[in-house]
Amino acid sequence: MMTKEAFQIILAGSLVAIPCGLLGCFLILRKMAMVGDAISHAVLPGIVIAFLLSGNRDSLTMLLGAGLIGIFTTFLIEFFHRMGKLQTDAAIGVTFTWLFAIGVILIDQFADQVDLDQDCVLYGEIAYVSLEQWTTSDGTMMGPRTLYVAGTVLLLVIVFILMGYKELVVTTFDPVYASAIGISTALWHYLLMAAVSVTTVASFESVGAILVVALFIAPPATAYLLTENLKHMMVLTVVIGVLVSLTGYYLAVLLDGAIAGAMATMAGVFFLIVFLFVGVRKKRKVQKTLLTAPEVIPKHD
Amino acid sequence: MKNLIDFFSFTDSSTRYVVLGVLLLMSSSSVVGTFTFLKKKALVGDAVAHSVLPGVCLAFMLAGNKNPVWLITGAFITGWISLYLIDTISAKSKIKEDTAIGLILSVFFGVGILLLTIIQHSGNAEQSGLNSFLFGQAAALVGKDLYVFGGVALVLLTTITLFFKELSLLTFDEAFARSIGLPVRALELLLTTLTVLAVVVGIQAVGVVLMAAILITPAAAARFWTDDIKTMIALAAFFGAVSGLVGTYISYVYENMPTGPWIVMIISGIAFTSFFFAPKKGILHKLFRQIRIKNKMNQENILKLLYQLGEEGKDFFVSRSISDITTRRPFPMRRLIKGLRTLKRQGFLKEKQRQWTLTKEGKLKGQRIVKLHRLWELYLTEYLRIAPDHVHEDAETIEHILTPELEARLEQLLDYPSVDPHASEIPYNH
Amino acid sequence: MIEHVENPILEIHDLTVSYDRKPVLWDIDLTLPEGKLIGIVGPNGAGKSTLIKAIMNLIPSNSGYVKLFDEHLEKVRNRISYVPQKESVDWDFPASSLDVVLMGRYGQLGLLKKPRKADKEVAMDCLRKVGMDAFAKRQISQLSGGQQQRVFLARALAQQADLYFMDEPFAGVDAATEKTIIDLLRSMSQQGKTVIVVHHDLQSVTRYFDWVLLLNLRLIASGPVESTFTQELLQETYGGKLTLLSEVSNLMRKEGFPHRELRKGKSS
Repeated sequence: MMTKEAFQIILAGSLVAIPCGLLGCFLILRKMAMVGDAISHAVLPGIVIAFLLSGNRDSLTMLLGAGLIGIFTTFLIEFFHRMGKLQTDAAIGVTFTWLFAIGVILIDQFADQVDLDQDCVLYGEIAYVSLEQWTTSDGTMMGPRTLYVAGTVLLLVIVFILMGYKELVVTTFDPVYASAIGISTALWHYLLMAAVSVTTVASFESVGAILVVALFIAPPATAYLLTENLKHMMVLTVVIGVLVSLTGYYLAVLLDGAIAGAMATMAGVFFLIVFLFVGVRKKRKVQKTLLTAPEVIPKHD
Repeated sequence: MKNLIDFFSFTDSSTRYVVLGVLLLMSSSSVVGTFTFLKKKALVGDAVAHSVLPGVCLAFMLAGNKNPVWLITGAFITGWISLYLIDTISAKSKIKEDTAIGLILSVFFGVGILLLTIIQHSGNAEQSGLNSFLFGQAAALVGKDLYVFGGVALVLLTTITLFFKELSLLTFDEAFARSIGLPVRALELLLTTLTVLAVVVGIQAVGVVLMAAILITPAAAARFWTDDIKTMIALAAFFGAVSGLVGTYISYVYENMPTGPWIVMIISGIAFTSFFFAPKKGILHKLFRQIRIKNKMNQENILKLLYQLGEEGKDFFVSRSISDITTRRPFPMRRLIKGLRTLKRQGFLKEKQRQWTLTKEGKLKGQRIVKLHRLWELYLTEYLRIAPDHVHEDAETIEHILTPELEARLEQLLDYPSVDPHASEIPYNH
Repeated sequence: MIEHVENPILEIHDLTVSYDRKPVLWDIDLTLPEGKLIGIVGPNGAGKSTLIKAIMNLIPSNSGYVKLFDEHLEKVRNRISYVPQKESVDWDFPASSLDVVLMGRYGQLGLLKKPRKADKEVAMDCLRKVGMDAFAKRQISQLSGGQQQRVFLARALAQQADLYFMDEPFAGVDAATEKTIIDLLRSMSQQGKTVIVVHHDLQSVTRYFDWVLLLNLRLIASGPVESTFTQELLQETYGGKLTLLSEVSNLMRKEGFPHRELRKGKSS
């Protein structure tokens, strides 16, 4: 029998894993997994600054700030790449480590003013989901606040994907063609990056800045091995996300460790199982595409 | 100030060790990072860095203490496994390398965090300090640990020195290295091993999460200053060492200042400075070059125009007012005046009561531009089959860039023509 | 050797394109007739793909302008279709042939609208035209190179455009596909569509095309195949390297030279 607390934790985990996974489908198909990784690190200073400015966990400011800093990160990476002629992977590495370092320093510096610490950065506070209740002005207890935040972001992400499905698909599959038929690849690129940033921030409190990457990448990668249909891939990603949350929780309880760490571990386990059973069998001649941002890369004939 | 003297005078023996250690750790990881950077495997290093965490934790769980030899062994094993898995996943399935990197990085780190929290909850008294693997703790590096990690760093530097030639060839041109019979597989294995070791050493200074900065940023910064791999490696090592030193100093002097992030801040600062200010490759240099080119074009256009006016009047040394110039070609006024003044200062123009006259040198220079313009127009029509009414715009640019050598070849190629496609005379300087 | 036409479907005026400040196409000036099957021919690195990308505004050009149907691209985008090189996409993408062909309808559909039944029927019809209707539900990763090319072609057809640009549609396809494609292109041109194809196989040029462009960093010739595809002009296209030109190009990249001064002045 599941306790109410366990249920709330698993629910929170799922609410975080689903939007991450859905956006992750597009990230990995765009070969932008590492840009996602970079953004998830880079939003840290934004979160701390938002904390300092608003003095509380005012989610709205934070989500807005995160969207901006995520776009800023992508912009910075592209700036170094284009203006400085720095190779993309190095541009990613330089940018996110710098921003993350700022974040950690700010946390240490303002430890007494910010309700954040390194542990939270690393593995979140999903175990304490039920401690912080959302109370309305007349004192009614509405349930854990995190659930509302994560739920709202999930909703936003679903709406975003439903509304922009066509454009996301075509700019992902064939950005050159998308531009040719008049769909702005840059616009959808930045919208996706903003969505990734917002989702990272919403997930941050629960699972920490780094493990959120596991949720962005592992479930979609697993689903990608299982199907060759994008819609099925997204459904599978959702299912795997929920399974990761469920099994991760019990693994953490069993071993007495961090839930977020256990979730990432389970995400890896699911991938491993699928990889061993179907991944290798479906190997094909694949042109290995280099790590490139999905810009319209001019190619000489 | 006293702190500064304390720190750098090495009076305190533990500080001395720390400084020496940090210098070794940072420079050796930066050197290895240069190779991974050049091989475009920078983010793989990031994955390895995250992946050593479970190894460290497992080693601690098995050994029950923080013996650095065990921890290094553990880190080495999981670091290696992560690299193997990234390769296998991207080679054996349709999953691309960047996804494989992100997957392994986050999952291994997750396992590491799980193990770390299990250790913390187990109440083992020895465990305090394991956390330092996350964000580094160079300032607390003492005694035996220092010997072990410093030893590994020395091994790294020695190996790189021994195999320098082969490793540079491998990163520069793998196909060529293979063709001359170098054992490419073995060398790649070596480089991979060095990367793992560099990570193991480097995380002492900056920790797992920020390790990528040490592998990537010094090399990226160095790249802006040089094209020579030896210089680049030396610079990367230097940048790494300086940031290690300053970062450690900051956390030594101020409380609550984490070493790793500060080292990263310093090295990032060095990198950004390089991006913007490095000669030749820096962004500012490029911008200035644009401005210089624009000024040069502007000045040459003025001389060209005065020459053409002289050509029409059959007298090159007539004084002209600004409006004489602008009626012929609508220069923006500010640029025109700026150009005129520069030309006067350089001795190409004379000015008297706002009347401007070419000097002899000015006439020659204007004449050359006119000649290059007309030669290029002729080249375009004769060799590129471009219609005579379309060649002017192109020549407007090219006239400013042709070097004397290209000029001579152009003359020769066109056999010293006397007129351009518009039947204007091509002036030679007899 | 550059033949100009009245009422051109495509007019290019003084187009210069650079990559990284290095000019790769110099002063292209041409007009093309409507309803013809047109080949762009030239050696590797001649700028063939660059030319059609610049026409489609997929890469910026330094100077000049392009007019399609006597209009700017934005106004007539719906009448133009573009087929990129097959290698430019990752065929492991989780989609079926039909999904890809449906993308041809996205331009017309606009934001927020899902493909309707009618769009699906158009897509199916286009798959039939390229002989791929039996593979509609097949995942694109499981198609052969030739079949993938046909899917790309069907996607272009689904746009129901009047002018088509195709980047190397015959590259790496089997003989059967090549025949299907050329038959299709012929029937399209018979219906009055204009098809412009980047082509690298000199053997088939006279059989395939009505009109040909010879390109090598600059436009060498443009005209009906019979009068343009001559030994002499081919010699000029493929032989005789313009070393001076490429040295100037390299110098421009090295010095970071702008290709055009912004101001226009009349002199010389």
